[in-house]
Amino acid sequence: MNVLIGHYNYWIVIFLMMAGLYVVIAQGNLVKKIVGLNIFQASVFILFISMGKVEGGTAPIVTQGVSLYSNPLPHVLILTAIVVGVATTALALALVVRINEAYRSVEEDEIHEQDQSF
Amino acid sequence: MITQHLPILQVIVPLLTAPLCLLVQDRRFAWGVSLAASWTAFLIAALLLDQTLEQGVISYELGGWPTPWGIEYRVDTVNAFVLLIVAAISSVVLLFAQRSVAKEILFTRIPLFYTAYMLCLAGLLGITVTGDVFNLFVFMEISALSSYTLIALSEQRRALTAAYQYLFMGTIGATFILIGIGLLYMMTGTLNMQDLSQRLPAVTGTRTVETAFAFLTVGISIKIALVPLHLWLPNAYAYAPSVVSAFIAATATKVAFYVLLRFMFTIFGVSFAFKTMPLNFIFMVLALAAMFAGSTAAIFQDNIKRLLAYSSIAQIGYMILGISFASVTGLTAAILHLFNHALMKGALFLSLGCIVYRLGMANMEQMRGLGRLMPWTMAAFVIGGLSLIGVPLTVGFISKWYLVVGALERGWWPLAVAVLVASLLALVYVWRVVEVAYFQAPSPAHAGEIREAPRSMLLPTWALIIANLYFGIDTSLTVGVASQAARQLLGVSE
Repeated sequence: MNVLIGHYNYWIVIFLMMAGLYVVIAQGNLVKKIVGLNIFQASVFILFISMGKVEGGTAPIVTQGVSLYSNPLPHVLILTAIVVGVATTALALALVVRINEAYRSVEEDEIHEQDQSF
Repeated sequence: MITQHLPILQVIVPLLTAPLCLLVQDRRFAWGVSLAASWTAFLIAALLLDQTLEQGVISYELGGWPTPWGIEYRVDTVNAFVLLIVAAISSVVLLFAQRSVAKEILFTRIPLFYTAYMLCLAGLLGITVTGDVFNLFVFMEISALSSYTLIALSEQRRALTAAYQYLFMGTIGATFILIGIGLLYMMTGTLNMQDLSQRLPAVTGTRTVETAFAFLTVGISIKIALVPLHLWLPNAYAYAPSVVSAFIAATATKVAFYVLLRFMFTIFGVSFAFKTMPLNFIFMVLALAAMFAGSTAAIFQDNIKRLLAYSSIAQIGYMILGISFASVTGLTAAILHLFNHALMKGALFLSLGCIVYRLGMANMEQMRGLGRLMPWTMAAFVIGGLSLIGVPLTVGFISKWYLVVGALERGWWPLAVAVLVASLLALVYVWRVVEVAYFQAPSPAHAGEIREAPRSMLLPTWALIIANLYFGIDTSLTVGVASQAARQLLGVSE
């Protein structure tokens, strides 16, 4: 029981990660795939952020009377990773726009069919 | 004075050139400044290699922050060698690029092309030079995002789906690497590679470190395109603009391979990677699968770019096989092949670039009789092909020689036989092109219309071909550096 509740953040991470990967693999719609990829990336962000939490620690701002802080480094790393994630999403959406212009579709199987008919 | 700052200049020069190309928005300027930046990077890489060979490891503290806390750039023989090959290929490809890009990429997008190209170069050099694992992830994403853009700049619409597919595989791979880095940080509290290597032995028995190792291996293997994680590669190489195929094929997977070496040998250490975790056995099986599946698939390709892409997958197999020996000779062979394969694939894709420049595409059908119409281009292709097979006097022979010696040293003669048989498969797919180009009459539509490629494209192609021959004959530089790099990675003294 302790394993289940004590590590609940990891269970959330694992659930989100698998859900994201499942959407990426199972969805045929190119935009929905991007949503899946975002969920997948978000799970890793949560993994990092929850790792920085120190039990009983406060936000890492120097204040009087506080000596225990959470680790701020994972947050900073994830700030960078979020920026990377936004750039990836933007690029993926831009690609989908151009794919839609070229194929008149954002469904994987329809695009595949058009490529095969050549 | 300035020589102290070479490690950071290696990344800064191309990184600052990128926005310059974007702001000025002039095709000629963008090309000229990119070319200058790339050759500067090449010069810096050569100086760095020279310094590391003379003085040993160079450590550079970014912004003066002391090492475990600040980001460290750390150059030893291994990454100095990789820096040199990446910068060299980029410089030669850029010489080639001007006319090829003008033909294959939309007029208004050309400055954007050079912007993305410079970002990609900065990313690849950054991955190689850094000594900090998170910094490595960021540079990996910089190079990856810009290479998706470069592929999508092609005018063929299939390039778009190829870039989309590459983006998904690449992002999943990079995220896996990020998970691995996070788990390592969780156990050690550090991101510095040297610091990690010292702190990891205390915690290697834990499941967390084993999981981190698994995530990192799978993530990096996606980036390397190791079978069965290679699905993004054939289409990405086949539909990208010729210049991009040449640049990415010759550098991106090589840099990813370097990352694998770094994590396996410097950070985790051989005994963990190969004794605690049975990675050498897994790598051996996957390498053999890559060598045979890649070469066999290459034989049945009609699009020559795709053919070369599948051949790349097979060649990656040779490099991984070299690692799986876990010996100095095996690792020397792997590092040598990293360098040599960059030379051969660069040369081959550039000669295809010449063909695409004249013909618009490079399918078997169009190659008929090309040996007579474009003699210099096809001669370059044939020599590059011979190098791919591993014929003596070419670089391909040198790395395969060391690979076979490494296999025999271990007493694993079936592997030596496998290397030779896979080389015969390479002979088959290179021969298919040669037969069509030299022994069939040119199609009437082409006769009289198709001329030899312009000299500004032939010269860079031949520069790489001559490098293929030169380093196949005089191996003192490449073998010397590669074996020193292998010893450094394995921690064996001279």
